[in-house]
Amino acid sequence: MELNVTNLTVNRGVLRVLAGVSFTLATGEAVVLRGPNGVGKTTLLRTVAGLQPPVEGRIEAAPDSFAYAGHADGLKATLSVAENLKFWAQTFGTKDISAALDAFELTPLAERPAGMLSAGQKRRLGLARLLVTGRPVWILDEPTVSLDKEAVAMFATAIRAHLKDGGSTLIATHIDLGLDEARILDVGQFRAKPLETGDFDEAFL
Amino acid sequence: MIALLIRDLRLAMRAGGGFGLGLAFFLIVVVLVPFGVGPRTALLSSIAPGILWLGALLACLLSLDRILALDWEDGSLDLLATSPLPMEGIVSVKALAHWITTGLPLVLAAPVLGVLLNLPPEGFKPLIVSLFLGTPALSVIGTFGAALTVGLKRGGLLLSLLVLPLYVPSLIFGAEVARRGAEGLEYTTPLLMLAGITCGTIALLPFASAAVLRINLR
Repeated sequence: MELNVTNLTVNRGVLRVLAGVSFTLATGEAVVLRGPNGVGKTTLLRTVAGLQPPVEGRIEAAPDSFAYAGHADGLKATLSVAENLKFWAQTFGTKDISAALDAFELTPLAERPAGMLSAGQKRRLGLARLLVTGRPVWILDEPTVSLDKEAVAMFATAIRAHLKDGGSTLIATHIDLGLDEARILDVGQFRAKPLETGDFDEAFL
Repeated sequence: MIALLIRDLRLAMRAGGGFGLGLAFFLIVVVLVPFGVGPRTALLSSIAPGILWLGALLACLLSLDRILALDWEDGSLDLLATSPLPMEGIVSVKALAHWITTGLPLVLAAPVLGVLLNLPPEGFKPLIVSLFLGTPALSVIGTFGAALTVGLKRGGLLLSLLVLPLYVPSLIFGAEVARRGAEGLEYTTPLLMLAGITCGTIALLPFASAAVLRINLR
Protein backbone atom coordinates (compact mmCIF):
# COMPACT_ATOMS: atom_id res chain seq x y z
CA MET A 1 0.00 0.00 0.00
CA GLU A 2 1.54 3.26 -1.14
CA LEU A 3 -1.01 5.80 -0.03
CA ASN A 4 -3.95 5.68 2.36
CA VAL A 5 -6.26 8.67 2.65
CA THR A 6 -8.83 8.54 5.45
CA ASN A 7 -11.74 10.88 5.98
CA LEU A 8 -9.92 13.87 4.51
CA THR A 9 -11.42 17.36 4.53
CA VAL A 10 -9.79 20.06 2.43
CA ASN A 11 -10.32 23.81 2.15
CA ARG A 12 -9.54 26.16 -0.67
CA GLY A 13 -8.88 29.42 1.20
CA VAL A 14 -11.80 29.67 3.61
CA LEU A 15 -14.08 27.62 1.41
CA ARG A 16 -14.60 23.98 2.33
CA VAL A 17 -14.59 22.03 -0.92
CA LEU A 18 -14.29 18.33 -0.11
CA ALA A 19 -15.12 16.37 3.02
CA GLY A 20 -14.84 12.73 4.01
CA VAL A 21 -12.51 11.77 1.18
CA SER A 22 -11.23 8.22 1.70
CA PHE A 23 -9.36 6.07 -0.76
CA THR A 24 -6.30 3.89 -1.03
CA LEU A 25 -3.73 3.74 -3.74
CA ALA A 26 -1.98 0.39 -3.94
CA THR A 27 1.40 -0.38 -5.45
CA GLY A 28 1.15 -0.62 -9.21
CA GLU A 29 -2.23 1.06 -9.28
CA ALA A 30 -3.45 4.14 -11.12
CA VAL A 31 -6.38 6.17 -9.80
CA VAL A 32 -8.01 8.77 -12.01
CA LEU A 33 -9.89 11.57 -10.27
CA ARG A 34 -12.97 12.77 -12.07
CA GLY A 35 -15.34 15.57 -11.27
CA PRO A 36 -16.65 18.85 -12.64
CA ASN A 37 -14.49 22.00 -12.73
CA GLY A 38 -14.04 23.62 -9.35
CA VAL A 39 -15.03 20.56 -7.35
CA GLY A 40 -11.64 20.49 -5.64
CA LYS A 41 -9.46 18.05 -7.57
CA THR A 42 -6.45 20.38 -7.57
CA THR A 43 -6.94 21.22 -3.89
CA LEU A 44 -7.11 17.53 -3.05
CA LEU A 45 -3.94 16.78 -5.02
CA ARG A 46 -2.05 19.69 -3.44
CA THR A 47 -3.10 18.49 -0.01
CA VAL A 48 -1.99 14.93 -0.69
CA ALA A 49 1.31 16.25 -2.08
CA GLY A 50 1.87 18.13 1.18
CA LEU A 51 1.65 21.67 -0.23
CA GLN A 52 -1.20 22.50 2.12
CA PRO A 53 -2.29 20.92 5.39
CA PRO A 54 -5.58 18.99 5.57
CA VAL A 55 -8.37 20.42 7.72
CA GLU A 56 -9.27 16.96 8.99
CA GLY A 57 -8.33 13.41 8.26
CA ARG A 58 -5.14 11.51 7.65
CA ILE A 59 -2.81 10.95 4.74
CA GLU A 60 -0.57 7.92 5.28
CA ALA A 61 2.34 7.29 2.98
CA ALA A 62 6.02 6.57 3.15
CA PRO A 63 8.01 9.79 3.60
CA ASP A 64 9.38 11.41 0.43
CA SER A 65 7.34 9.20 -1.85
CA PHE A 66 5.52 11.86 -3.89
CA ALA A 67 6.41 13.56 -7.14
CA TYR A 68 3.96 16.36 -7.84
CA ALA A 69 3.24 17.92 -11.24
CA GLY A 70 0.79 20.80 -11.27
CA HIS A 71 -0.60 23.12 -13.91
CA ALA A 72 2.75 24.87 -14.38
CA ASP A 73 5.78 22.93 -15.55
CA GLY A 74 8.42 24.78 -13.55
CA LEU A 75 10.69 25.27 -16.54
CA LYS A 76 13.26 28.02 -16.93
CA ALA A 77 13.03 29.59 -20.38
CA THR A 78 16.72 30.46 -20.64
CA LEU A 79 17.99 27.02 -19.63
CA SER A 80 18.16 24.26 -22.21
CA VAL A 81 15.96 21.16 -22.05
CA ALA A 82 18.85 19.06 -20.74
CA GLU A 83 19.84 21.71 -18.16
CA ASN A 84 16.28 21.95 -16.86
CA LEU A 85 16.03 18.20 -16.50
CA LYS A 86 19.51 17.83 -15.04
CA PHE A 87 18.68 20.37 -12.36
CA TRP A 88 15.65 18.39 -11.21
CA ALA A 89 17.61 15.14 -11.36
CA GLN A 90 20.28 16.61 -9.08
CA THR A 91 17.67 18.06 -6.75
CA PHE A 92 16.07 14.65 -6.33
CA GLY A 93 19.44 12.95 -6.07
CA THR A 94 19.38 10.99 -9.32
CA LYS A 95 21.83 11.14 -12.20
CA ASP A 96 20.61 9.79 -15.50
CA ILE A 97 18.37 11.98 -17.65
CA SER A 98 18.74 10.15 -20.98
CA ALA A 99 15.94 7.64 -20.24
CA ALA A 100 13.56 10.49 -19.43
CA LEU A 101 14.55 12.37 -22.59
CA ASP A 102 13.97 9.23 -24.68
CA ALA A 103 10.61 8.41 -23.10
CA PHE A 104 9.15 11.73 -24.22
CA GLU A 105 11.18 12.02 -27.46
CA LEU A 106 13.05 15.08 -26.26
CA THR A 107 16.54 13.90 -27.19
CA PRO A 108 16.65 15.92 -30.46
CA LEU A 109 15.58 19.00 -28.49
CA ALA A 110 18.03 18.51 -25.62
CA GLU A 111 20.15 21.56 -26.39
CA ARG A 112 17.28 23.88 -27.19
CA PRO A 113 16.35 26.59 -24.64
CA ALA A 114 13.07 25.67 -22.94
CA GLY A 115 11.67 29.08 -23.92
CA MET A 116 11.83 28.05 -27.59
CA LEU A 117 9.65 24.97 -27.13
CA SER A 118 6.01 24.75 -28.12
CA ALA A 119 3.37 24.36 -25.41
CA GLY A 120 3.11 20.62 -25.97
CA GLN A 121 6.89 20.16 -25.95
CA LYS A 122 7.10 22.11 -22.69
CA ARG A 123 4.47 19.84 -21.21
CA ARG A 124 6.44 16.77 -22.33
CA LEU A 125 9.52 18.19 -20.62
CA GLY A 126 7.45 18.82 -17.49
CA LEU A 127 6.32 15.19 -17.52
CA ALA A 128 9.83 13.92 -18.23
CA ARG A 129 10.77 15.54 -14.92
CA LEU A 130 8.67 12.88 -13.16
CA LEU A 131 10.94 10.15 -14.49
CA VAL A 132 14.07 11.74 -13.03
CA THR A 133 12.56 12.21 -9.56
CA GLY A 134 12.74 8.50 -8.81
CA ARG A 135 9.70 8.87 -6.56
CA PRO A 136 7.15 6.02 -6.43
CA VAL A 137 3.87 7.96 -6.24
CA TRP A 138 3.14 10.45 -9.03
CA ILE A 139 0.52 13.08 -8.28
CA LEU A 140 -0.54 14.63 -11.56
CA ASP A 141 -2.88 17.53 -12.10
CA GLU A 142 -4.24 17.69 -15.67
CA PRO A 143 -1.04 16.22 -17.13
CA THR A 144 -2.29 16.05 -20.72
CA VAL A 145 -3.07 19.73 -21.26
CA SER A 146 -1.78 20.83 -24.70
CA LEU A 147 -0.50 17.36 -25.57
CA ASP A 148 -1.34 15.91 -28.97
CA LYS A 149 -2.52 12.33 -29.54
CA GLU A 150 0.97 10.86 -29.97
CA ALA A 151 2.23 12.62 -26.86
CA VAL A 152 -0.73 11.34 -24.83
CA ALA A 153 0.17 7.82 -25.97
CA MET A 154 3.79 8.50 -24.96
CA PHE A 155 2.55 9.62 -21.58
CA ALA A 156 0.36 6.51 -21.17
CA THR A 157 3.36 4.32 -22.03
CA ALA A 158 5.47 6.12 -19.43
CA ILE A 159 2.74 5.62 -16.81
CA ARG A 160 2.44 1.90 -17.64
CA ALA A 161 6.19 1.47 -17.30
CA HIS A 162 6.07 3.31 -13.99
CA LEU A 163 3.24 1.11 -12.66
CA LYS A 164 5.10 -1.99 -13.78
CA ASP A 165 8.17 -0.84 -11.82
CA GLY A 166 6.08 -0.84 -8.66
CA GLY A 167 5.08 2.80 -8.78
CA SER A 168 1.59 4.20 -8.58
CA THR A 169 -0.13 7.36 -9.69
CA LEU A 170 -2.99 9.63 -8.80
CA ILE A 171 -4.19 11.64 -11.81
CA ALA A 172 -6.80 14.35 -12.22
CA THR A 173 -7.83 14.42 -15.85
CA HIS A 174 -10.85 14.75 -18.09
CA ILE A 175 -9.63 12.92 -21.15
CA ASP A 176 -9.32 9.21 -21.73
CA LEU A 177 -5.68 8.24 -21.33
CA GLY A 178 -6.20 4.76 -22.73
CA LEU A 179 -5.25 3.30 -19.37
CA ASP A 180 -7.81 0.52 -19.04
CA GLU A 181 -6.41 -0.67 -15.73
CA ALA A 182 -6.93 2.73 -14.09
CA ARG A 183 -9.54 2.97 -11.35
CA ILE A 184 -11.91 5.95 -11.60
CA LEU A 185 -12.68 7.91 -8.47
CA ASP A 186 -15.50 10.41 -8.74
CA VAL A 187 -14.57 13.33 -6.49
CA GLY A 188 -18.07 14.80 -6.86
CA GLN A 189 -19.43 12.36 -4.26
CA PHE A 190 -17.25 13.95 -1.56
CA ARG A 191 -18.40 17.49 -2.29
CA ALA A 192 -18.74 19.38 0.99
CA LYS A 193 -21.68 21.55 1.93
CA PRO A 194 -20.59 25.12 1.17
CA LEU A 195 -19.57 25.94 4.69
CA GLU A 196 -17.61 29.09 5.44
CA THR A 197 -15.26 28.44 8.30
CA GLY A 198 -16.33 30.66 11.17
CA ASP A 199 -13.07 32.27 12.11
CA PHE A 200 -12.19 35.17 9.82
CA ASP A 201 -8.54 35.07 10.87
CA GLU A 202 -8.11 31.54 9.54
CA ALA A 203 -7.90 32.93 6.05
CA PHE A 204 -4.61 34.52 7.01
CA LEU A 205 -3.11 31.64 8.95
CA MET B 1 21.23 22.56 -2.81
CA ILE B 2 24.41 23.17 -4.78
CA ALA B 3 22.43 22.33 -7.92
CA LEU B 4 19.91 25.03 -6.98
CA LEU B 5 22.69 27.56 -6.37
CA ILE B 6 24.31 26.76 -9.71
CA ARG B 7 20.94 26.99 -11.48
CA ASP B 8 20.17 30.38 -9.93
CA LEU B 9 23.60 31.77 -10.79
CA ARG B 10 23.30 30.44 -14.34
CA LEU B 11 19.84 31.98 -14.71
CA ALA B 12 21.17 35.32 -13.47
CA MET B 13 23.99 35.29 -16.02
CA ARG B 14 21.77 34.39 -18.98
CA ALA B 15 19.82 36.98 -20.95
CA GLY B 16 17.10 38.68 -18.93
CA GLY B 17 18.48 37.30 -15.70
CA GLY B 18 18.99 40.69 -14.16
CA PHE B 19 22.66 40.27 -13.33
CA GLY B 20 24.31 43.68 -13.30
CA LEU B 21 21.02 45.51 -12.84
CA GLY B 22 21.83 46.43 -9.25
CA LEU B 23 25.41 47.21 -10.19
CA ALA B 24 24.34 49.57 -12.98
CA PHE B 25 21.88 51.29 -10.65
CA PHE B 26 24.59 51.72 -7.99
CA LEU B 27 26.95 53.16 -10.59
CA ILE B 28 24.37 55.66 -11.85
CA VAL B 29 23.33 56.82 -8.36
CA VAL B 30 26.91 57.39 -7.29
CA VAL B 31 27.85 59.13 -10.54
CA LEU B 32 24.82 61.44 -10.30
CA VAL B 33 25.43 62.53 -6.70
CA PRO B 34 28.38 64.84 -7.50
CA PHE B 35 26.23 66.57 -10.14
CA GLY B 36 23.49 67.13 -7.60
CA VAL B 37 25.75 68.26 -4.78
CA GLY B 38 28.05 70.41 -6.89
CA PRO B 39 31.81 70.51 -7.15
CA ARG B 40 32.60 70.84 -3.46
CA THR B 41 35.12 68.12 -2.75
CA ALA B 42 35.13 68.63 1.02
CA LEU B 43 31.36 68.18 1.23
CA LEU B 44 31.49 65.19 -1.13
CA SER B 45 34.14 63.40 0.83
CA SER B 46 32.20 63.89 4.06
CA ILE B 47 28.98 62.45 2.62
CA ALA B 48 30.70 59.74 0.53
CA PRO B 49 30.40 56.85 3.06
CA GLY B 50 26.69 57.48 3.58
CA ILE B 51 25.97 57.83 -0.15
CA LEU B 52 27.87 54.66 -0.99
CA TRP B 53 26.03 52.67 1.65
CA LEU B 54 22.64 54.08 0.68
CA GLY B 55 23.34 53.43 -3.00
CA ALA B 56 24.31 49.83 -2.27
CA LEU B 57 21.18 49.33 -0.18
CA LEU B 58 18.86 50.68 -2.85
CA ALA B 59 20.62 48.67 -5.54
CA CYS B 60 20.03 45.56 -3.43
CA LEU B 61 16.37 46.44 -3.02
CA LEU B 62 15.91 46.72 -6.77
CA SER B 63 16.29 43.01 -7.46
CA LEU B 64 14.60 41.57 -4.37
CA ASP B 65 11.25 40.75 -5.94
CA ARG B 66 13.00 38.51 -8.48
CA ILE B 67 14.34 36.18 -5.78
CA LEU B 68 11.18 34.13 -5.44
CA ALA B 69 8.55 35.68 -7.73
CA LEU B 70 9.97 34.16 -10.93
CA ASP B 71 10.04 30.68 -9.42
CA TRP B 72 6.53 31.17 -8.12
CA GLU B 73 5.19 32.24 -11.51
CA ASP B 74 6.49 29.27 -13.46
CA GLY B 75 5.57 26.74 -10.78
CA SER B 76 9.14 25.83 -9.81
CA LEU B 77 8.48 26.85 -6.23
CA ASP B 78 5.70 24.26 -5.84
CA LEU B 79 7.98 21.63 -7.28
CA LEU B 80 10.89 22.70 -5.09
CA ALA B 81 8.60 22.56 -2.07
CA THR B 82 7.77 18.93 -2.85
CA SER B 83 11.42 18.07 -3.52
CA PRO B 84 13.77 16.59 -0.91
CA LEU B 85 15.29 20.02 -0.21
CA PRO B 86 14.17 21.55 3.09
CA MET B 87 12.38 24.86 2.67
CA GLU B 88 14.91 26.55 4.98
CA GLY B 89 17.67 25.35 2.67
CA ILE B 90 15.85 26.65 -0.40
CA VAL B 91 15.46 30.17 0.99
CA SER B 92 19.05 30.20 2.27
CA VAL B 93 20.38 29.19 -1.14
CA LYS B 94 18.15 31.79 -2.79
CA ALA B 95 19.55 34.48 -0.48
CA LEU B 96 23.11 33.31 -1.14
CA ALA B 97 22.55 33.41 -4.91
CA HIS B 98 21.12 36.92 -4.57
CA TRP B 99 24.14 38.04 -2.58
CA ILE B 100 26.60 36.57 -5.10
CA THR B 101 24.84 38.21 -8.06
CA THR B 102 24.01 41.54 -6.40
CA GLY B 103 25.81 42.12 -3.09
CA LEU B 104 29.26 40.88 -4.04
CA PRO B 105 29.53 43.00 -7.25
CA LEU B 106 28.52 46.05 -5.18
CA VAL B 107 31.27 45.35 -2.66
CA LEU B 108 33.79 45.06 -5.46
CA ALA B 109 32.58 48.19 -7.27
CA ALA B 110 32.38 50.38 -4.16
CA PRO B 111 36.09 51.31 -3.95
CA VAL B 112 36.11 52.39 -7.61
CA LEU B 113 33.05 54.54 -7.06
CA GLY B 114 34.54 55.86 -3.82
CA VAL B 115 37.13 57.64 -5.95
CA LEU B 116 34.33 59.51 -7.74
CA LEU B 117 33.03 60.77 -4.41
CA ASN B 118 36.46 61.82 -3.20
CA LEU B 119 36.47 59.28 -0.37
CA PRO B 120 39.60 59.80 1.76
CA PRO B 121 42.24 57.06 1.20
CA GLU B 122 42.01 55.71 4.75
CA GLY B 123 38.26 55.21 4.23
CA PHE B 124 38.49 52.50 1.57
CA LYS B 125 39.30 49.55 3.79
CA PRO B 126 36.49 50.15 6.31
CA LEU B 127 34.06 50.80 3.45
CA ILE B 128 34.82 47.46 1.77
CA VAL B 129 34.85 45.57 5.06
CA SER B 130 31.55 47.10 6.17
CA LEU B 131 29.85 46.38 2.84
CA PHE B 132 31.25 42.86 2.80
CA LEU B 133 29.87 42.18 6.27
CA GLY B 134 26.65 44.12 5.84
CA THR B 135 25.30 43.17 2.39
CA PRO B 136 24.61 39.49 3.24
CA ALA B 137 22.08 40.73 5.82
CA LEU B 138 20.41 42.79 3.07
CA SER B 139 20.00 39.67 0.91
CA VAL B 140 18.71 37.52 3.77
CA ILE B 141 16.22 40.16 4.96
CA GLY B 142 15.21 40.75 1.35
CA THR B 143 14.51 37.04 0.86
CA PHE B 144 12.24 37.18 3.89
CA GLY B 145 10.38 40.11 2.33
CA ALA B 146 10.19 38.28 -1.00
CA ALA B 147 8.75 35.22 0.75
CA LEU B 148 6.10 37.40 2.41
CA THR B 149 4.99 38.99 -0.86
CA VAL B 150 5.52 36.04 -3.21
CA GLY B 151 1.88 35.43 -4.12
CA LEU B 152 1.02 39.07 -4.75
CA LYS B 153 0.78 40.64 -8.16
CA ARG B 154 2.91 43.81 -8.29
CA GLY B 155 4.15 43.10 -4.78
CA GLY B 156 7.29 45.17 -5.35
CA LEU B 157 6.10 48.30 -3.55
CA LEU B 158 4.82 46.37 -0.55
CA LEU B 159 8.09 44.48 -0.49
CA SER B 160 10.06 47.75 -0.33
CA LEU B 161 7.85 49.07 2.47
CA LEU B 162 8.29 45.87 4.46
CA VAL B 163 11.99 45.51 3.92
CA LEU B 164 13.31 49.08 4.21
CA PRO B 165 12.64 49.46 7.96
CA LEU B 166 14.40 46.15 8.53
CA TYR B 167 17.42 47.50 6.63
CA VAL B 168 17.82 50.47 8.99
CA PRO B 169 20.11 48.80 11.60
CA SER B 170 22.48 47.51 8.91
CA LEU B 171 22.53 50.93 7.26
CA ILE B 172 23.22 52.78 10.52
CA PHE B 173 26.10 50.60 11.62
CA GLY B 174 27.48 50.03 8.12
CA ALA B 175 27.57 53.73 7.26
CA GLU B 176 28.97 54.43 10.73
CA VAL B 177 31.89 52.06 10.10
CA ALA B 178 32.57 53.70 6.73
CA ARG B 179 32.26 57.24 8.15
CA ARG B 180 34.49 56.61 11.15
CA GLY B 181 37.02 54.91 8.91
CA ALA B 182 37.03 57.84 6.50
CA GLU B 183 37.64 60.24 9.39
CA GLY B 184 40.45 58.08 10.73
CA LEU B 185 38.61 57.08 13.91
CA GLU B 186 38.33 53.74 15.66
CA TYR B 187 35.50 51.69 14.08
CA THR B 188 35.62 48.31 15.82
CA THR B 189 32.40 48.76 17.83
CA PRO B 190 30.02 49.53 14.92
CA LEU B 191 31.78 46.85 12.88
CA LEU B 192 31.05 44.25 15.54
CA MET B 193 27.44 45.42 15.75
CA LEU B 194 27.13 45.15 11.97
CA ALA B 195 28.63 41.66 11.97
CA GLY B 196 26.29 40.69 14.79
CA ILE B 197 23.23 41.86 12.86
CA THR B 198 24.34 39.92 9.80
CA CYS B 199 25.03 36.73 11.76
CA GLY B 200 21.71 37.05 13.57
CA THR B 201 19.70 37.45 10.38
CA ILE B 202 21.51 34.55 8.69
CA ALA B 203 20.85 32.33 11.70
CA LEU B 204 17.19 33.21 12.30
CA LEU B 205 15.49 34.62 9.23
CA PRO B 206 15.64 31.54 6.95
CA PHE B 207 13.28 29.80 9.39
CA ALA B 208 10.86 32.72 9.25
CA SER B 209 11.13 32.90 5.44
CA ALA B 210 10.47 29.17 5.11
CA ALA B 211 7.44 29.40 7.39
CA VAL B 212 5.80 32.26 5.47
CA LEU B 213 6.64 30.61 2.17
CA ARG B 214 4.85 27.42 3.24
CA ILE B 215 1.79 29.50 4.10
CA ASN B 216 1.96 31.43 0.84
CA LEU B 217 2.11 28.22 -1.21
CA ARG B 218 -1.17 26.90 0.16
